[in-house]
Amino acid sequence: MDRARHSEEALTARAAGLVGCRACGCVSPVGTATCRRCGARLDPVHALSLQRVWAWMLAGLICYIPANLYPMLRTATVGSTPAENTILGGVVELVHAGEWAIALIVFSASVLVPIGKFIAIAVLALSLRAHATLSSHRRHRLLEIMEFIGRWSMVDVFVVAILSSLVQLGFVVQIHPGPAAALFALSVAFTMLAAQSFDPRLIWEKDQGPQA
Amino acid sequence: MSSPASPPAAPAPADLPPLDALIACPACDLLLLRAPLEEGIRQSCPRCHHLLYAPRARTVVQVIALSLTVAILMIGAVFFPFLEISAGGISHESSVFDAAMAFSDGILLPLSFAVMALIVVLPLLRVALLVYTLWPLAQGRPAWPLARRAFRLAEAVQPWSMAEIFVVGAVVALVKIAGLATVTLGPAFWAFALLVAVVTLQNNLLNDWTIWTVLDTQKKR
Repeated sequence: MDRARHSEEALTARAAGLVGCRACGCVSPVGTATCRRCGARLDPVHALSLQRVWAWMLAGLICYIPANLYPMLRTATVGSTPAENTILGGVVELVHAGEWAIALIVFSASVLVPIGKFIAIAVLALSLRAHATLSSHRRHRLLEIMEFIGRWSMVDVFVVAILSSLVQLGFVVQIHPGPAAALFALSVAFTMLAAQSFDPRLIWEKDQGPQA
Repeated sequence: MSSPASPPAAPAPADLPPLDALIACPACDLLLLRAPLEEGIRQSCPRCHHLLYAPRARTVVQVIALSLTVAILMIGAVFFPFLEISAGGISHESSVFDAAMAFSDGILLPLSFAVMALIVVLPLLRVALLVYTLWPLAQGRPAWPLARRAFRLAEAVQPWSMAEIFVVGAVVALVKIAGLATVTLGPAFWAFALLVAVVTLQNNLLNDWTIWTVLDTQKKR
């Protein structure tokens, strides 16, 4: 047991010429394409898999920028010109209404979490090349938190869905969804895929020194 | 709570046991010897502390029961009125299905399908796959064909099944229109809230490596 705690001495599946399944943990010889037990695709621990992470993250970023510029909601009220709300506009409106708690939830889900995710993924990916300042444990924890929290960003899309299906009061008031809803949903999905395709084994691999 | 136990580390490469006696930590790739499941003993990876096994008695039966509960609640939640709004003498009610269809005009249509998938189809698919995997196991029979693939798919679907996020979205929406109109909560709102509690309980009960091990034990019978 002591031997395993000292990671420089720990024997990984890769070091033993094997490949472990990330879905079920079953061990197969290197070069096996799909897991013998669950049929999942077996990805060897390889720095090239980072390209997938960067690609998804870039796609997420490309969608995130217009998602903030285009309107999320269009509100048509009787006797006034239709109002358009962007993501940040919606937060500002909640703050003006004095709903601080709800404003904070929306701001975290739609702004803090997505931007935090872009930064965290970039930091984790770059830390594999340079000498990492954070320990493997810390970085692994960061990745797990991102995987857990990223899906909650979808909340604003659901708010738009509920508001625009519910608020259909003819001449009095009508709410319609704006194009930012789709862009934002795509951005969340792409960053979720970026976090999922980040192979945590790479974080631990580095720990073992120049072998990688 | 005492710290969780760990499966033993694998010996040196020279005298590796057969592959079926080994397991690799899915998080950090550490090679470990498969340890027998012991009731109530949690086992985690000695290097990265990733939780591996948390066997609990009757997990299989409980997960099946909760899956069926989710399916029934979901059917009710989709078609009963979710929220009703009234202002200036006009009222309008909306179901979960209507909420997904909010994007169905024009180019946003694909988003309607995505929302429907995230809040209704994927949660239902996940419980259906879990029941398929676990039903024979609960009766001590061999697993049905492709049970391992079904279980892997059920696990892969989990992050995309967003019923609980939808409920938080409903709360935010309620606050946003509180000043605008009078809102009444429909039966589907409560069904959905209950569904979220059941899904959370189920995800806490279900430990994937325990199910993998149970599936392997079944194979040998």
